[in-house]
Amino acid sequence: MLSKLDQELQFAQTALSLRARRQEVLASNLANADTPNYKARDFDFASALKSAMGETGGSLALATTEPGHIGGLAAGNAADGVNLMYRSSVQPSLDGNTVDPDIERANFADNAMHYQFLLESLTGVFNKMKLAVSSDK
Amino acid sequence: MSISNVFYIAASALTAQSMRLNAVASNLANADSAHASTAAGYKAKQVVFQAVPIDESTPWAQGVEMTKVVEDTRPDRLVYDPHSPVADAKGYVAYPNVDVVEEMTNMISASRSYQTNVEVMSTAKDLMQRTLAVLQS
Repeated sequence: MLSKLDQELQFAQTALSLRARRQEVLASNLANADTPNYKARDFDFASALKSAMGETGGSLALATTEPGHIGGLAAGNAADGVNLMYRSSVQPSLDGNTVDPDIERANFADNAMHYQFLLESLTGVFNKMKLAVSSDK
Repeated sequence: MSISNVFYIAASALTAQSMRLNAVASNLANADSAHASTAAGYKAKQVVFQAVPIDESTPWAQGVEMTKVVEDTRPDRLVYDPHSPVADAKGYVAYPNVDVVEEMTNMISASRSYQTNVEVMSTAKDLMQRTLAVLQS
């Protein structure tokens, strides 16, 4: 029983932290909408979640055995399966900026809704736990 | 915590955009500051933005920073006005190289970006409040 709840909690936790990460990346894009040469970035949530939950091999990280070794991941990509990629732009600016505020805002709102949904489901897990341990009924 | 980074990203953008608005305001205010064509008068000022990581440990969360203020190198606007006290021997008065139309579009762009980042901040606040409310249900 507990291990099942634990699994559910772990899923919610991983998914929430990935959603929060994506929120940060999208906020960075919006903040840098006027920064010359800034390239809009994002990551694929589904594949990041899969690799974070250990369903696939994840990103091809090189083994590092010494602190001086360079990881096989591009800068800005943590070894946790989040593969940051540049967004292909529809209308790049003359100053090299590829942020489209409309796309970013839509993604930001979408991601916020998903985050809230995950919070709701997390609340559900806790309510189930409470129900299980309550003795009055 | 991840979501709080969104606050810092949006806050850095708000600061940067308000600096840009300040530059626009000072350019517009000085658009008609006449000076002798031999003297160095007011030059239009433009801010330069750069993306900076909010935290060393989270390189994907990039805020904005105003790195420098550059002065427009375009020549001053010369107006023939022999009655002006600052007119030169040929009767010309120099006006700053401020392009009023350009400054107005710059102002609208800055204020829209400011609004977007206020929205980002308020979404982040909402998400954080909901996260805190998970255990209160």
